[in-house]
Amino acid sequence: MTPTTSSVLGKDLLGLEHLSAEQINVILDTAGPLKEISERAIKKVPTLRGATVVNLFFEASTRTRISFEFAEKRMSADTVNVAASGSSISKGETLVDTARNLEAMRIDMVVIRHHASGAAKFLAERIESNVINAGDGTHEHPTQGLLDLLTLRDKLGDLRGKRICICGDVLHSRVARSNIWGLTKLGAEVAVCGPRSLLPNAIGEMGVQVFDRIEQAIEWADALNVLRLQLERMQAGYIPSLREYNRVFGVTRERLERAPRDILILHPGPMNRGVEIDSDVADGPHSVILDQVTNGVAVRMAVLYLLAGNKPTLATAARGDA
Amino acid sequence: MSVDRRDVLLKGGRLLDPSTRTDAVGDILLRDGKIESIGGNLNAPDGATIVDCTGKVVSPGFIDVHCHLREPGREDVETIATGARAAAAGGFTAVCAMPNTDPVTDNQAAIGFVLKQGRAAGAARVYPIGAISIGEKGEQLAEFGEMVGAGAVAVSDDGKPVVSAQLMRTALEYARAFGIPVADHCEEPTLAAGGDMNEGIVSARLGLKGIPSEAEEIMAIRDILLARRTGGHVHLCHMSTRGSVELIRWGKDRGINVTAEVCPHHISLTEDEVTGYDTNAKMNPPLRTLDDVEALREAVKDGTIDVIATDHAPHHNDEKEREFSEAPNGIIGLETALAVNITWLVAAGVISLETLIDKMACAPAKLFHLEGGTFRKGALGDVTVFDPTATWKVDAATFRTKGRNTPYQGRTLTGLVSCTVVDGRVVFQR
Amino acid sequence: MPPTSSIVLSAKALERTVSRMADEIIEQNDGAEGLILVGIQRRGVQIAARIAAVIKAREDVTVPLGALDITLYRDDLQTVGPRPVVGRTNLPCDLEGQRVVIVDDVLFTGRTIRAALDELADFGRPSRVGLAVLIDRGGRELPIQPGVVGKHVEVPAGGRVDVFITELDGRDEVVLNVTEHA
Repeated sequence: MTPTTSSVLGKDLLGLEHLSAEQINVILDTAGPLKEISERAIKKVPTLRGATVVNLFFEASTRTRISFEFAEKRMSADTVNVAASGSSISKGETLVDTARNLEAMRIDMVVIRHHASGAAKFLAERIESNVINAGDGTHEHPTQGLLDLLTLRDKLGDLRGKRICICGDVLHSRVARSNIWGLTKLGAEVAVCGPRSLLPNAIGEMGVQVFDRIEQAIEWADALNVLRLQLERMQAGYIPSLREYNRVFGVTRERLERAPRDILILHPGPMNRGVEIDSDVADGPHSVILDQVTNGVAVRMAVLYLLAGNKPTLATAARGDA
Repeated sequence: MSVDRRDVLLKGGRLLDPSTRTDAVGDILLRDGKIESIGGNLNAPDGATIVDCTGKVVSPGFIDVHCHLREPGREDVETIATGARAAAAGGFTAVCAMPNTDPVTDNQAAIGFVLKQGRAAGAARVYPIGAISIGEKGEQLAEFGEMVGAGAVAVSDDGKPVVSAQLMRTALEYARAFGIPVADHCEEPTLAAGGDMNEGIVSARLGLKGIPSEAEEIMAIRDILLARRTGGHVHLCHMSTRGSVELIRWGKDRGINVTAEVCPHHISLTEDEVTGYDTNAKMNPPLRTLDDVEALREAVKDGTIDVIATDHAPHHNDEKEREFSEAPNGIIGLETALAVNITWLVAAGVISLETLIDKMACAPAKLFHLEGGTFRKGALGDVTVFDPTATWKVDAATFRTKGRNTPYQGRTLTGLVSCTVVDGRVVFQR
Repeated sequence: MPPTSSIVLSAKALERTVSRMADEIIEQNDGAEGLILVGIQRRGVQIAARIAAVIKAREDVTVPLGALDITLYRDDLQTVGPRPVVGRTNLPCDLEGQRVVIVDDVLFTGRTIRAALDELADFGRPSRVGLAVLIDRGGRELPIQPGVVGKHVEVPAGGRVDVFITELDGRDEVVLNVTEHA
C-alpha cells in the first residue's frame, strides 16, 4: 500500500558513475523530506535504532565526518569513529585485515574515506556490511555530489539543460568527478574551468565543455561549483603560484558582477579564501555554500536510510508481508 | 630408467622451424642432447625416449629473453627452480633472468649463483642477465666483462629505466666489446612518476594517476639515437605504444641496431582491464589503448617487433590484494604466453604459426647470441611440442610458478604445450 | 472464484461521513478551540483538510493542519525490502499543551498510529491526543482505540479496503476488495 522506491540502490554507495538518473532522483527525493528532522527540537528519528555504523576515516576530515556522524545519530544509529592515526591502521594493518575485523564485529554499515582510488570498492567486495564511499583518492565522493545536486535542484528546479561549471583542480578532485557524473545523468550541461595542467588530459571524452578562462565560465553558467585549490599543487609545480591562480582563475566579486544572470556559487569546503574564491563571494548573496552543508546531512541520512536494511536475505524472507 | 641418455625421438608431429624453412610432418631425432636428424619414420636408438607428437606441432624450444625469477631475495614469491619449471611447462627451453633481484645481480659471483641454481633446477635453461649499473642505481657501470665471463648473456637495469643518457651511451659503447645487447626499460621517470596505469580516459574516470605513452617513447627514441651514435645493440624491452613502434621503424629504416620485444599482454589486453581496480591488470608499462594494441600486432607482423617475451613477474597475493595504487606492478606469464599469443595473434589471423615460432624461438636465440632456436643439425636439443588448437581454461592455482597474479584467470585460451625437451631430456610432459 | 469488489462509501456518502466526523470532533472537544488536526501521509492529510473545512463552516474557526509521515518510525523497516518512499512531515506549531487529533484513512493493525504517537512525542507534549479514522476495519495488533470513526467495515481474510480521494486519485470512493478462497 505504501509506495516503495522502485530503484534499489544495492548494497553500497561507491560512486555516481554507475547510478541511473532514477536512482539519483530517489536519493534526492528522499533527502528533501528528511531536512525537516534537523529543524526539530528533538533531532532524532528511530529508523536506524540498533544499527552500528563505523566511520572509517583514513584521511583526516572534519566536515564530512561530522556531517556523517550527525546523519547517523539523527537516525538513531550507534556510531563509532576510527581515525587513521593512533589506530592499528597507522601501524600498517592492511585494508584487507581491517575489513575482516569489521566483519567479525558484525558492523552494519561502514563509511570509508581513504587516500587510494578504488579503496571503497575494495572494501565493499570483501565485507557484507553496507559500504558508503566518503571519498576514495581522486575517484569519487558521491554524497558530496548528491548534496551539490540537491542544492542545485532546490534552487534551479529541473536540472535538464541547466549549465553548471566546475572550477579548479578537476584533475585531483573526486568531488568534480562525482559532480560530472551526477549532473550529466540528470541532463545538465557540464563544463570545467581551470588551468589545463589541472584538468585530465582526456577531459574532452568525459562529456564536458572546457573553458580556459573564468570569465568565459561566468558568462555561460547558471551555477559555479568552485573547488578548493590545494597548496600541494603549487608545490608540485602544476601552477606557478596561488597568487597567480587567484588573479587569473579566482571567483571574485568584480567578475561575478559581469555575469549576465544570477549565478549560484557552490563550494565543497573548506575554502581557501582569497585563492579560488574571495570572501565577499563566499559570504555574498549568490552563495549557497551553507545550504550545501544543511543538505549534506539530509543527503547522508537519505543514503543511510536507503541502504540500511538492504540485506537481500532478510527482504526475501519477509516477502508477502503487508 | 638407467644412465642419463639424452636421446629423444619425437614422432609424427608437424615439424615447424622458420630458421631452416622446415614445415613438414615427420620425426625429429635428438642424440646426446643435440639435433641429429629430421625425416619420416626415423629409427630410435636403444634407450631413447619416444614422444608421440601426432596432431601436434614440434618447434625449436621457445626462449624467453625477459623474465623475473626473484631469486636471490624473494624466494617466497618465486625461486629459480620454480621459475625454470614454470618456464618448461610453458614450452620454454630457456629463459633470461633479469637482474633486479635482492641483492642485484651485478657481479660475476651473482651471475654464477643464478647459473648454478638454474642447472640444479633441471628444467628450462636459465641465462642470467647482468645489471648495467651497480645495484641498478644508475650511477656506476657494473663489470660487463666479468659478468659475461661468468655467463651473463646481456645487461639491463630492468625494473628501472637507465635515467642518465650519458650512462646509457657509455653502456652501449662498453658492451660492444662483449657482443651483448643492452636492454632498456623505457620510462621517463618524471613523466611516469606516481602513475598506476595508462594515462587516458580510463585513468581519468577511475581517479588514478596515469603514465602517458610519451614516457616510453621519449626514452625509446633516446636509446635509438644513442645506438646510432655508438654502434651498440640496444634492445627495447616490453614495448607498449603505437608511438614506440613508429620510432623503432624509423630506427630500423636507418639501419640502426635496435631490436624490440613485446609482451603477450600488450598485444591482447587494453586499459579497460583496469576498470574495477583489478590489480592483476597492473603492470609497467601499463596496458594501453586498443589503438596501441593494434599497432603492436601490426608491428609483430611486419617485423618491427623482433621477439615476444613474457616479462614474467610473480608477486605474493598479500602484495597484490591491496588498494590499486599500493599494489606492485607485474603479472606472471610463462605458462600463458603461448596460448595468449596463439589466441590473439595466430587464431586471430594476424600472423602465421611459423612467424610466431620465429618470434618466440629463432629470433630470441639470434638476437641474444644464444645457441638453440633452430633445427639445424648439431644445434641444442631443445624442442617444444604443442597443440595449437587445444582450448583450455586458465586456473593459476594449477601453475608451477608460485605467482597467481594473472589477468587471464578463468579465461579460455587456445594453444597448449604438451612436451618440452631441454638438452635431450624431457623436462615437461602433460 | 473471482475476486469481488463492493463500494463501501460512494462520493456522496463519504462527504456525509466526513461531515459527521467533524461534528463528533467538535462535540468531543467541546468546540474547535485549541485543536490541531494532524493527518497521516498520505490520504490522512487530505481527509484532515476536509474535516478542517467542515469545522470552519460550522464554527468559523480555522483549525491548524499538520502532516505527519511515519515511514521513519515504522517497526517493520528491517524486513520490508525496497525502502518505502519518505513523505513530508510538517507540523504548523508547537504542540505543547495543544489537543491533537490524528486523522487517518484506514485503521487496521494500529501500528501506523503507534508510529505516529512516537513521532508526535518527538515534537512536544500535547495535552491530549485523539484519533479520528475514516474507516475502521478491525484486526488490531496493538491496543489502539479511535475516538471518532467514519465507518466500521468487516473485512474477510485476504480482503482489503481502498480509499480513493479526488486530490490524489481523481475520485471519492471507498472500496472493499475481497479475494475469494475455495
